[in-house]
Amino acid sequence: MAALLEARGLRLAFGGVRAADNIDLDVLRGEFLAIIGPNGAGKTTFINMTTGYLRPQAGTITHEGERISGLSPRAIVRRGVARSFQLPQLFTEHTVEENVAMAVAAREGVWSAIKPLLRMGWRDEARATLDRFGLLGLAEARADALNEGARKLADIAMAIALRPRLLLMDEPTSGVAASEKMAIVETLLRVLRNADVTAVFVEHDMDVVERFADRVAVWSQGRIAALGPPAQVLADPAVRREVIGIERHA
Amino acid sequence: MRRIETGLGLLGAAALVLAAVLAPWVKFVLTIALAKGIAVIGILLLLRAGQVSFGHALFIAAGAYTVAFLAPVVPDAIVLLLAAAAVATLAGVLVGLFVTRYREIFFGMLNLALSMVLYSVLEKFYSVTKGTDGIRVELPRVASVTLEREPYEWAIFAIALILALGFAGLTRIYLDSPMGQALAAIKTREQRLEFMGIPARRVLLAAYVLSALMGGVAGGIIAMTTRHVTPLLAYWTSSGELVFIAILGGAGGVLGPFLGAVTFELVRIYAGAAVAEAWQMILGAVLLLVILFAPGGLWGIIAHGAGRQVGRRRGAAA
Repeated sequence: MAALLEARGLRLAFGGVRAADNIDLDVLRGEFLAIIGPNGAGKTTFINMTTGYLRPQAGTITHEGERISGLSPRAIVRRGVARSFQLPQLFTEHTVEENVAMAVAAREGVWSAIKPLLRMGWRDEARATLDRFGLLGLAEARADALNEGARKLADIAMAIALRPRLLLMDEPTSGVAASEKMAIVETLLRVLRNADVTAVFVEHDMDVVERFADRVAVWSQGRIAALGPPAQVLADPAVRREVIGIERHA
Repeated sequence: MRRIETGLGLLGAAALVLAAVLAPWVKFVLTIALAKGIAVIGILLLLRAGQVSFGHALFIAAGAYTVAFLAPVVPDAIVLLLAAAAVATLAGVLVGLFVTRYREIFFGMLNLALSMVLYSVLEKFYSVTKGTDGIRVELPRVASVTLEREPYEWAIFAIALILALGFAGLTRIYLDSPMGQALAAIKTREQRLEFMGIPARRVLLAAYVLSALMGGVAGGIIAMTTRHVTPLLAYWTSSGELVFIAILGGAGGVLGPFLGAVTFELVRIYAGAAVAEAWQMILGAVLLLVILFAPGGLWGIIAHGAGRQVGRRRGAAA
């Protein structure tokens, strides 16, 4: 399978802390790649570098053969790379529908100062997107009135409305009740597959990783300690000791 | 709410015309109030983005002085207003490119500082600006027609009213558009906008320039109404007045600035007549009451009442 995203020799340090220490990673087109690792291992730093929030001090990131490292978040999203956040970044004074419509508008041209945000086409697309995530019933609720699970999904729905080819999700199930987790990931996976979106997600729940990821990358002290199918990687004693063991005590 | 705003706007405009017919002296006050209302719509735009400008009088002064300087050369009210708008817009672009890099208190204070720079320039460059003496504005023609004082005042009042309705309508359309909605998003999640491909700073800059344009038009109307401009137009208390009016009227709707401006001017006149030495205290008390009991301002009270009426009607129809 061809690589959609290629990271080569990424390095980034915050003072003496190496958040990225010579990271090489290929994200394959169409895969669902999980990133696991203890807190402070550099997982979110990788997402931040890929989406333009942080600039790597060395190394390159290319998406569809085009270099994106060093570009602004806006330039990167225009090249088909979107993200969601560990703490959902919703516009809390807007309704859920308006949040997603804003993403649709962002894709089609926010500079429209005349036509309303909830005009026919954009509203329909926003509602259709929410429907795919099972959030249509909450379309007119204010974003700050949602529970954590719905907030996470709405946050990802906004990213999907941008029609990315690659989506990076930072802990899409953190803070979500255990009973909701599997259902949320199933919904996510279904939407991503239907939309033909490649996804990278940071995850702490090994059951989620084992069940849904095509491959898993293990981060440790800014390096990739292991990479491969979940069954193989999660069975590695070193990974179990270094990552899963720590997770259980976190 | 858009229909209610339209209806109330037209009703309010009719009420202002009626008041000006019944009490001609009030026409001057209402024209100034309408001009200030137009400027306060600009403040409202920035408030949507969570930013307060304590220096927007800069653009009122820019518009007013443009009219004062050009009136002897181009003595036509419409052309002068267009020139005031153009100069204020240009100033808005120049200042906006700088201040929209900052947020919250830094944004507010930088605006204040720049308005005070203009104030000092207007005050000190006597040979050009006539300093604190100010400049008398020649009576301009209106649409190429030379008018006597009374019809002239009516014409400027009518222009102010039409512009107020026009700017209120345009602002409503703007606020409902993605650009306007992105302003509110700057207040809550500016960073997310960037990750959606929306340049937050440019969105704020567009609103800033629009607010400067409206400030310039307001300054032009004020200059043509008072027919005398002084550096006080750019003084920080003039900017504070705009923020005062925005809070008094409420930032929830485009009619709030006009409600606030009319109330402000009328309270100021009546309070000044009743207690000449303490009228600011009465204004302060009014603002205090609004903040304590009607945080949505005067417009908030009306919108709340209108919303309840609509709810009752829908309930009765169901």
